[in-house]
Amino acid sequence: MEIRAEFHKKLTEIRGDVLVMGSMVEESISRSVQALRERDLALAEGVIADDRKINKVRYDIEEKCIELIATQQPMARDLRTIMSVANVVTELERIGDHAEGIAKIVVMIGDEPPLKPIIDLPRMADKTADMLHRSLDAFTRNDAAAARQIALEDDEVDDLYDQVYRELLIFMAEDSRTITRATRLIWVAHNLERSADRVTNICERVVFNVTGKLEEIGASNY
Amino acid sequence: MTIYNQACDCGKISARQVDLYYGNFQALRNITLEIPQCAITAIIGPSGCGKSSFLRLLNRMNDIINGVRVGGVLQLDGVSIYDKTIDVVDLRKRVGMVFQKPNPFPMSIYDNIAFGPRQHGTRSRHNLDEIVTRSLQQSALWDEVEDKLGQSALALSGGQQQRLCIARVLAVEPEVILMDEPCSALDPIATLRIEDLMRTLARDYTIVIVTHNMQQAARVSDMAAFFMMEEDRAGTLVEYGKTSQIFTNPKDKRTEDYITGRFG
Repeated sequence: MEIRAEFHKKLTEIRGDVLVMGSMVEESISRSVQALRERDLALAEGVIADDRKINKVRYDIEEKCIELIATQQPMARDLRTIMSVANVVTELERIGDHAEGIAKIVVMIGDEPPLKPIIDLPRMADKTADMLHRSLDAFTRNDAAAARQIALEDDEVDDLYDQVYRELLIFMAEDSRTITRATRLIWVAHNLERSADRVTNICERVVFNVTGKLEEIGASNY
Repeated sequence: MTIYNQACDCGKISARQVDLYYGNFQALRNITLEIPQCAITAIIGPSGCGKSSFLRLLNRMNDIINGVRVGGVLQLDGVSIYDKTIDVVDLRKRVGMVFQKPNPFPMSIYDNIAFGPRQHGTRSRHNLDEIVTRSLQQSALWDEVEDKLGQSALALSGGQQQRLCIARVLAVEPEVILMDEPCSALDPIATLRIEDLMRTLARDYTIVIVTHNMQQAARVSDMAAFFMMEEDRAGTLVEYGKTSQIFTNPKDKRTEDYITGRFG
């Protein structure tokens, strides 16, 4: 007989909130890089404005977690779920900050002439957004095996980062007038690389939620 | 059935394949666990799962019930508790008990504490004074009663009465203290005081507590044992381990379901 139905309903609601927040963050990442590629300043401003909404959702979720801990004294997997949610929303909020960081760089670049066609950065963004989406799917399904697999895919983002970095370094070495523009693109790449690292942290929380063990999966090269 | 039993082998109390029958009814089946010294072990589980029956085995309180049979091995410091040579009065001095409802004797605070030592032959007023003072200090009641030791114990509040009962147990210098729902009749503040006292006492005594209050078990104990009733209503041990593990990452799904309120 389920005797804490109301509590478990609230816990399910919080998990739903995390998915909503996750989709907001996923969209921010994609839109920030789209704004870069298309030089769409309005879109970039939109990403910056939306970050406040993401932050608000994060605080709302965290408050719900605190309330459940204080009033329901959760145990075992319920306790792990609440702790995992609190950690996951922190990671999501920071990924949102990285997207906002990219959008701010887009605004900074303004109408400067492009240094080169933007190809690998959208790839990094797509991969990161995809990993994020699947990590939250694994969170919903309590799928530790999937989470472990997703975390390992961070290497692909790291490889793309290496590639972008090397390419931009060559631009700067050949022509010092490109340094400012190239550095801004390196910042973008760095924001994406860090976002993917944070997805691996989310994956670690999925594993913790299922197994009760805190473990580091596939430490990033950066 | 797998029983997750993480206790060390060097328990103060050792139960191996213990069965308990009341007549034809089997109340406990195949209980094996090691209760560590100078620590608090909590026994949790739904009503009727045999928690209190198990506790009462440890100082042979079940002996007074007709038709009781005990099987398996139950040892205190390596010596069988159910050996024919065991002096039950001496056993109950070593293994004291605190009950659900505070049960002070209808006499003065002083006489309540001195009762046990007098029964065991202490006559000197000086020695009794010393025991009464020490026991009340140990049970964190001294400051509240030092100027009214001659007054009736029945005039104390519920929480004070329970600490008096703990002092009464301490007066005979036990090694193990059994507590059967010691806070269920107390208000939340008195409950927290008893829990705090238990933590202090656990430095010198082995404590075994039966409680329905899972939060209390989580707050106060070092080890936790989860008992459940099988289909024939016999109590069995499902899982035993460190409290920190049982309440964050239980290994058995039945423990998980019980402590998260998915059945009850």
